[in-house]
Amino acid sequence: MCRLKVKLEDKNVDDSNNDNLLSIICTIDTLRTLIKKKLVRVVDVRKAEDYQQEHIPTAVSLPLAVLLEKDTPEGVVDILESLGISDKMPTVIYDDTFGALAARVAWTFQYVGHTNTALLEVTFSHWKNLGLETDKNINTFPKTQHSLNINYDIHADAPYVEMVKEQPNKILVDSRERLNFLTEHIPGAKNIPYTMVGSINNSSSILRKPEEIKRFIYNRGITSDSEVITYCGSVGTLSGLTYYALKLAGVKNVKLYSKSFREWKSLGKPKEEFKDANYWDLSAE
Amino acid sequence: MKNKTSTNISSKQKNVLFSKSNYKWSREEESDSFAQKVKLFRQGKLSEDDFRRFRLQHGAYGSRLQMNYSMVRIKIPSGEISPEQLEKIANLSEAFSIGSAHVSTRQNIQLHWVQLEDVSEVMRGLAEVGLTTREACGNTVRNVMCSHFAGVCPEEAFDATAYAKAIARFFIRNPMCQNLPRKFKINFGCCNKHGLVRIADIGLIPVIMDGERGFKIYLGGGLGAASFIGHLLEDFTPENKLLSTSMATIRLFDRHGNRENMARNRMRYLVHEMGWDKFQKMVLKERSIVQMTTAASTAKLFDIGAEETEQLPKTEHTMVKLPILKEQVTTTESPSYERWLHTNVVPQKHWGYFTVFVTLGAGDITANQLRVLAGTIRDFSVESAARNTPQQNLAIRFVKENDLNEFYNRLASVGLANPGALTIASAVGCSGTTSCNLAITNSHRLAKEVQHKFLELGFDTDDDLRDSTIKISGCPNSCGQHEIATIGFFGGASRIGTAMAPTYTMLFGGSAEEQGELGKAIMRVPAKRVIDTICRIVEIYKQEKSNTETLKQWINKIVRGEGTGNMKSIENIKTALTSFTHLPPVEQEPELYRDYGTDIKFNAKTARGECAA
Repeated sequence: MCRLKVKLEDKNVDDSNNDNLLSIICTIDTLRTLIKKKLVRVVDVRKAEDYQQEHIPTAVSLPLAVLLEKDTPEGVVDILESLGISDKMPTVIYDDTFGALAARVAWTFQYVGHTNTALLEVTFSHWKNLGLETDKNINTFPKTQHSLNINYDIHADAPYVEMVKEQPNKILVDSRERLNFLTEHIPGAKNIPYTMVGSINNSSSILRKPEEIKRFIYNRGITSDSEVITYCGSVGTLSGLTYYALKLAGVKNVKLYSKSFREWKSLGKPKEEFKDANYWDLSAE
Repeated sequence: MKNKTSTNISSKQKNVLFSKSNYKWSREEESDSFAQKVKLFRQGKLSEDDFRRFRLQHGAYGSRLQMNYSMVRIKIPSGEISPEQLEKIANLSEAFSIGSAHVSTRQNIQLHWVQLEDVSEVMRGLAEVGLTTREACGNTVRNVMCSHFAGVCPEEAFDATAYAKAIARFFIRNPMCQNLPRKFKINFGCCNKHGLVRIADIGLIPVIMDGERGFKIYLGGGLGAASFIGHLLEDFTPENKLLSTSMATIRLFDRHGNRENMARNRMRYLVHEMGWDKFQKMVLKERSIVQMTTAASTAKLFDIGAEETEQLPKTEHTMVKLPILKEQVTTTESPSYERWLHTNVVPQKHWGYFTVFVTLGAGDITANQLRVLAGTIRDFSVESAARNTPQQNLAIRFVKENDLNEFYNRLASVGLANPGALTIASAVGCSGTTSCNLAITNSHRLAKEVQHKFLELGFDTDDDLRDSTIKISGCPNSCGQHEIATIGFFGGASRIGTAMAPTYTMLFGGSAEEQGELGKAIMRVPAKRVIDTICRIVEIYKQEKSNTETLKQWINKIVRGEGTGNMKSIENIKTALTSFTHLPPVEQEPELYRDYGTDIKFNAKTARGECAA
């Protein structure tokens, strides 16, 4: 289950050590070790008031809403610097929303060039339920420098998505739930709901096991060499989780259409709708 | 000989045994082979017809006008399901379906709108808890039903559950029924009221004669575009002839059933065309051949004692007489709890134990509700299982009296404590245009609307209405079992000028009891007028009824032409309802030209059905 490549043999590693690289998912044990060794910046993306009550030790607060307000490459670098995160500082992000908010923030950090970013394998609730340590301090760290090095390979915008339809090697994935997808979606998209790759009810990890996700996407005709673009309903949270699920399953080229279906609709782009069945009436919600 | 038949036994049973639902219906390899077949089909290496047949044999229907999606039908043989299985279905519905599961009218649980490529994963997950979709569709022996009261019914001769499961085990994957002319349905009852025995290819009521266990077996019944009530094979079929009788019937159907005409290939047509006397003789003759020629090793595969049993612990509580019709319910501070007790809880034949019904809306339940229900079952049902019912609800049995209140609270915490499960308010609705290719109307939503309205009006608390039922199908094919309802409806379309309106044909006086009859078609009603029409019928009934007559009795009387007062016959009631059922031109009432659940103009779009594929 160890999905982590962190090398902790060197007791004196600091954040400039290249070996100190996180994988996609950071296990509880690894995070606790890193916290003890003061080798990590933990980022809590829940609401500020939740953070103020308690959080994982040493965590700084970055509510998703705050990030979305400054969601330009320069704005995000500002945020990184103000949280005391320098270029190589291992950064682990958590939320209490089955990993989707954390995923969006992690993707954003990686987009501006902070590659050494990971998702905590569990939510805060699960951390608490395990009886693990928390603190109530409002943690701040000295402002640092962070360079801007945009990773265009992991981002897709509307014009890029619009071209996908003509390119069979590119696969567009809608991460919303099935009924929303059936109602309307971007033409040509395949539906892999976040509930399929996340483990909402199996709280031992925010994502399913890599071999399971691999099997699921293989059934859908997606291989490690496919190019996949994920999107969801509004700001790229659910699709952020799917982004990391696909990465975990070994898909090399994944992009996030972070502005997602909300922007697509506001631009008046074409949609596929399915009106021949009253599927909503099957829901007991 | 008839007089010796007994269906009554002591209501205070000792040493009660019940089975633990631990049988593994699934085979892991079927999930892999399904995934492979989907690949082959997508690559064009498997023809559409071959793939469809394979897909149906493995329990996946095509969805309404969208063949990339499937309805996955999970068989629940005898309707018995464990908390672990409910939890698995919850997880699968969230991961691969719409986050809700659907209880069918034949004790299946269905997951709708599953991507065809994901069906194998649903099957894999189901196999982890022993469940299968194998032969849930297709031309084979479908889910074997058993009355949800079997084992707890005060009127039953013995518990038929183990027999139902043994029959299901014997026929599933059995080469003799992999390519029947058409689907084949077997229903076990408990007493002469429950279990839908007269509307199955084989229907069985347990009886004891001269101390020996056996069954009254009905053959050739079934609902559909043309429906028939089953015929009694013989006064008493001893249990040692259960298997041979079933095998003989299936063999005859396989040999003589109509493979040419899809619309007339159920066994009931064969029986009808051949004549019952002839068919009956053939079954009895075939049975003696089966008995002589069946290898001992084959017969051994029919094993009634295959499952572990557990003994029921004695309850330490004294029972207060509870919720039966017209009896005073023990008072509590909560009127909603009291109402629920009255309409959702019945005493069992076991002293101190109750069966609790969970009211669903047309059989739908969310993943979260399933999980909470599973936990509640674990904590409060001594047999630790649920049974799904043909009324699309769930029955939780062996709940102790002292636990009822907490049980209610737990259900209420997730919106599962609606009253009315055992009343007219619990309307049945097939999936209709929510997912079915054949559907013309949104019967599913209409059933939910009926339930909502009736609970609002308090119809569930009116004991005069209690034994009446409302059942709705979205087309004439009877998945909603409209022909066995007190007031039944099946969907269609009516054209006025150039405009099409969704309408229902209303039927009166159906019943699935042993002495029951099929409903009689009365008149067409616009979909959006169905609720008003039923309410008007109830009003007329209240004015016209004689003292103790229930709605059901009153309706049956009218159907027989034996009504009194102003409502003597069907013609009288038709006249009285004309103003409700009249369909004005679209300009006058555009709302009547739209079905429930949509704001677009109604059109009667359907695609090829797969029932007969």
